[in-house]
Amino acid sequence: MIRFILIQNRAGKTRLAKWYMQFDDDEKQKLIEEVHAVVTVQDAKHTNFVKFRNFKIIYRRYAGLYFCICVDVNDNNLAYLEAIHNFVEVLNEYFHNVCELDLVFNFYKVYTVVDEMFLAGEIRETSPTKVLKQLLMLQSLE
Amino acid sequence: MVVSSLKLQDLIEEIRGAKTQAQEREVIQKECAHIRASFRDGDPLHRHRQLAKLLYVHMLGYPAHFGQMECLKLIASPRFTDKRVGYLGAMLLLDERQDAHLLITNSIKNDLSQGIQAVQGLALCTLSTVGSAEMCRDLATEVEKLLLQPGSYVRKKAVLTAVHMIRKVPELSNIFLPPCAQLLHERHHGILLGTITLITELCERSPAALKHFRKVVPQLVQILQTLVTTGYSVEHSISGVSDPFLQVQILRLLRILGRNHEESSEIMNDLLAQVATNTDTSRNAGNAVLFETVLTIMDIRSAAGLRVLAVNILGRFLLNNDKNIRYVALTSLLRMVQSDHSAVQRHRPTVVECLREPDASLSRRALELSLALVNSSNVRAMTQELQSFLESCLPDLRADCASGILLAAERFAPTKRWHIDTILRVLTTQPLVQVAAWCIGEYGDLLLEGGCEETEPLQVEEEKVLALLEKVLQSHMSLPATRGYALTALMKLSTRLRGDNNLSLPCHILELKGRLPSHSHATLWPSRIRQVVSIYGSCLDVELQQRAVEYNTLFRKYDHMRAAILEKMPLVERGGTQDEEAKESKEAQLSEAALVPTEPQASKLLDLLDLLDGTFGATQPPPALEPSPGGTLVHLLDLPCASPAPASIPNLRVFEREGLQLNLSFVRPPGTPALLLITVTAVNTSGADVTHFVCQAAVPKSFHLQLQAPSGDTVPAQGGLPVTQLLRILNPNKAPLRLKLRLTYNHFGQSVQEIFEVNNLPVEMWQ
Repeated sequence: MIRFILIQNRAGKTRLAKWYMQFDDDEKQKLIEEVHAVVTVQDAKHTNFVKFRNFKIIYRRYAGLYFCICVDVNDNNLAYLEAIHNFVEVLNEYFHNVCELDLVFNFYKVYTVVDEMFLAGEIRETSPTKVLKQLLMLQSLE
Repeated sequence: MVVSSLKLQDLIEEIRGAKTQAQEREVIQKECAHIRASFRDGDPLHRHRQLAKLLYVHMLGYPAHFGQMECLKLIASPRFTDKRVGYLGAMLLLDERQDAHLLITNSIKNDLSQGIQAVQGLALCTLSTVGSAEMCRDLATEVEKLLLQPGSYVRKKAVLTAVHMIRKVPELSNIFLPPCAQLLHERHHGILLGTITLITELCERSPAALKHFRKVVPQLVQILQTLVTTGYSVEHSISGVSDPFLQVQILRLLRILGRNHEESSEIMNDLLAQVATNTDTSRNAGNAVLFETVLTIMDIRSAAGLRVLAVNILGRFLLNNDKNIRYVALTSLLRMVQSDHSAVQRHRPTVVECLREPDASLSRRALELSLALVNSSNVRAMTQELQSFLESCLPDLRADCASGILLAAERFAPTKRWHIDTILRVLTTQPLVQVAAWCIGEYGDLLLEGGCEETEPLQVEEEKVLALLEKVLQSHMSLPATRGYALTALMKLSTRLRGDNNLSLPCHILELKGRLPSHSHATLWPSRIRQVVSIYGSCLDVELQQRAVEYNTLFRKYDHMRAAILEKMPLVERGGTQDEEAKESKEAQLSEAALVPTEPQASKLLDLLDLLDGTFGATQPPPALEPSPGGTLVHLLDLPCASPAPASIPNLRVFEREGLQLNLSFVRPPGTPALLLITVTAVNTSGADVTHFVCQAAVPKSFHLQLQAPSGDTVPAQGGLPVTQLLRILNPNKAPLRLKLRLTYNHFGQSVQEIFEVNNLPVEMWQ
């Protein structure tokens, strides 16, 4: 299962933090810093998987943002890599060529996207078209 | 009057405009004050905006706990905008440890039963993120109702919420088990995905559920088959693979169901083969499915051909350009290498290639796998590869690599010579010098004899050996540890070199050393060594100084013990049984000095036993210990000796010859009825000393004998201080005691050996 999802920029600022496990506030802060330290050190010649405490992190870098998913050790790495890419594609469609500022100014909408695609630490909806349809429906209610 | 509050966008811009951390903090503090005031005033219209701003500030890392109650109010409000922000706030700010947590239970309940779909979705989402155990229990029935509703949007969320609930409260599995069967018939992918996850979770938690769901294996196989062959649903296809996530989940569930279960595994075999061969591997999505397939094949009871297929797929992964794929392949091969060794061997060249990876995690896995693949046929080639890897790899891998090479060399070495060459090549300078110094010290006599199995014998002079060790000792490049090794080696050589090993020459003759003819140098090796050693008695390095002083004392006061202390280590027994290890540890306990039985001693013991008749045998532990000459040493070491209680059994004289008498006195301590303590006392009334006195004993097999170190090995003449030795005999079976003794000593210039059985042992000794 997924333990947490983190979107950070290269400087270490959190753009999104979704936790599927209980942590204290200061624990969360420490985790964020640790993940940042571990992930920014990797470069192109490293794999996209990093061992982290007794979990592992699957991450992918898109421009200046690191999308990190922390999962259990026996989960399928490649599948979660696909999930990250799927998520980013949905964001791209929803915000029309998303950039970091979009995520900053519309952070609550990003949370909605996350909740549409992932729930309770598992992948929920995998079809980009369906997710977009649902998001538009929610938007119309506001 | 309400100050017009900033809109969220404006606040964000302002925060981003701040040039320094201090400025940012200022802006945020000002805004938080506004927000707090607004919450106090209870303005319902703008509450959601205030909370949104607060949440943004919270995401940056600032405290926001005062917004918790506002979340509750917003959730309770009928407007969707309010609810949305409220639930988001709840998810971010309220976790299980907060007290306000439970208060949202009621709101969630209402929303779940009455709200529109979107609202129900929000509620479920929040429940599955922050739902505590009590909340889950309260709301379980609500969620169950939602599972079977017609609308798919809510059902998807409900199913995964059920997963969360089961994780929190395992007893709820009973509620969620029945609907699963029906949910499996769904065609909607989202629901199906959730259901499979739910079933997986149920099966992982309870074996009963596992048995129950084995029935659905055919159905799962059917679903997967449809997915793979007909391209179920266009909108779920990712890079040409139809819904890889669903495929992966189904495969995972099949893995859990098929583990250790022949029947299910059989049903899956064909399907797995089909998936393995038909999946498009050009993109990552296909590889993800393939990888999961391989994992499943490995775990269930699959046919042999299928396993080979799996290994081949992994082998293909190893050749892939994408390093992620190589990584997962190496990890999985490592798991398979024990069970399918021959199949993995076929990919050995590729694995060795992976040693050259720049990424440390890849090369580490390649190293582990390579070490696991070494066998007797490829050991030479593999060691060569591993050695070149050793030179170029990262420092943290070097230790593992070196130890791996050495272990492999030990197990599969084709010849001894090759083995030693490999070891030499692996060791770097300092460790090599240390090992060499130890070997020279320990086996110096063999070195000087010059025999060698496989190559031409090399004649080495004592002079060269000593000069070499002295050089190591003095060299600036030697580490302190290396010098310690060299010093000890020198000491050991003092007993191993040819010539008179006793330092019986008075000290002033050392000064004449240079003027003496060369043939008598042989007698002066120990003196030379002693001279070298004493130099280090004032060395600055404390470790070396301590060693030098102790060795010097050994020369000076305990020279008669020097040979014994510096004896060779016994050979390590390969595959020794636990008994032997216990024996060795008992010996170590008995004598805290580094005294060990030597090989000649062991052979003498065997002689003793050979002469005994069948009832006697080698009991544990072997009775002979190297006697420790020097009464003072016994006091220094403070050996544990049970002081005998007043004897109630009469003493026995068992041996007399030319003035040497042997007496036995017996004690049976009252507390331990099976224990018998015998003190052997040797008294010499003759005119000449008895030297090198050794007493050994043997008892029948059912007894347990321990021989403690004697008080000395010289029995002085004219009734001087007798030599005593304590025997501890355990007699749990209360069998009649038989005791055989063997004495060896020098008396009147002759060496004497006596073996006899002690007769007339009083009955009180064993009853």
